[in-house]
Amino acid sequence: MDKDNIKSYIIARAAKEMRDGDIVNLGIGMPTMVPNFLPKDVKVIIQAENGLMRVIPCTEETCEPIYKVDAGATPVSVAPGGSYFDSCTSFGMIRGGHIDVTVLGALEVDEKGNLSNWIIPGKKLPGMGGAMDLVVGAKKVIVTMEHTQKGEPKILKNCRLPLTAVNCVDLIITEMGVMEVTPKGLVLTEINPEYSVEEVQAATEAVLIVSPGLKPMS
Amino acid sequence: MPKFITLAEAVEMIPDGASIMVSGFMGCGNPHKIIDALSKSGKGNFKLICNDGAQPGGPMGEDYYGVAKLIHNRQVKHMVATHVGLNPEVGKQMNEGAMRVDLIPQGSFAEMIRAGGAGLGGVLTPTGVGTIVEDYKDYVHSVQEIDGRKYLLMKPIRADFALISGHIVDTAGNIWYKGATRNFALPMATAADIVIVEADRVVEAGEIEPENVVTSGIFVDYIVDGGKVSG
Repeated sequence: MDKDNIKSYIIARAAKEMRDGDIVNLGIGMPTMVPNFLPKDVKVIIQAENGLMRVIPCTEETCEPIYKVDAGATPVSVAPGGSYFDSCTSFGMIRGGHIDVTVLGALEVDEKGNLSNWIIPGKKLPGMGGAMDLVVGAKKVIVTMEHTQKGEPKILKNCRLPLTAVNCVDLIITEMGVMEVTPKGLVLTEINPEYSVEEVQAATEAVLIVSPGLKPMS
Repeated sequence: MPKFITLAEAVEMIPDGASIMVSGFMGCGNPHKIIDALSKSGKGNFKLICNDGAQPGGPMGEDYYGVAKLIHNRQVKHMVATHVGLNPEVGKQMNEGAMRVDLIPQGSFAEMIRAGGAGLGGVLTPTGVGTIVEDYKDYVHSVQEIDGRKYLLMKPIRADFALISGHIVDTAGNIWYKGATRNFALPMATAADIVIVEADRVVEAGEIEPENVVTSGIFVDYIVDGGKVSG
């Protein structure tokens, strides 16, 4: 798979985690593609942390980039029933448990569900933005990412980079498989048929517990 | 009642080294005309309290958008923000040692400003527990445990000036915001010694129905009528 196919494969699988009516916050980059892969009978409500509810793509008529952008600074609009609100209200929604699912990328995840995704000291300092609040407050936290970075594992025994939050991740979806974070460790529940369990484990620093019901990832 | 001032008077009021809150998110909701005038003023050494560094390029083809103008002109010596990844100039000046950058989780940032304007001694949030944010002594008072859950006690944030953008502002200073531009303007309008709003359009008091007022005019000290300013 090339880069684009890998991304589509991961996000298509993440889209299956959405339930009809879920209120969802999508991280910058790959996660913003989730709506393109939703089954026809599943409609989600997208929140953007800069203060929009029921975010939808804008059209030539509705785009007003001076007034309406999402958290990635992409011009958007809101659907009928949507609303605008200030940042205190927005993060009240986020920390207060009013967001069902957040999907976001990661630099590292570990077997305790710890997440690092906001800083590489001395190299990259984008900042945490809303990520620390989102992973603490959303009911379900899904990490979507490539399984390795230049061949090096990103799913570790212990995160090495500064954390975004402790024990916050529920599900990890990569091009190799799907892993649930459990009190016993990471359980591999689905695997891309192109790989063997041994290959997935070899690309993962954390020890994977293979689910007795391991299924092909689709 | 707030006083109407020109762009030049607004800029004149802001001294070198001032701490300035600027509303907006990636430039959306920045008071663009005031920022543009300030960026040409030659003043600097500002402490900029803004969610982000905006972006080098604007949606209408601008070279620098919103607060990115102040950063590009090296007028900011200290930035308090949540995310600066979309403006590489921030990281560059930080690595050169020309700018201090403090990064705070966005929800905490909003609430700390709200606390600053609401007479609160701080904000308890679970966000940042177990991370290096715990060590930010300038912003975190302590880690507290309440009913078995850990929280960070974040300190309030205030500034000398808040520069905000309103779409319709009445002569009593009441503000109505368009689209998603309200983001940080609501808390910031309450948390600075001097609050200046740049109005896209000014109307008579009473023309915004009281039910539709988003920011009460009592928070606003000065209005710049952006509709009367060219450009």
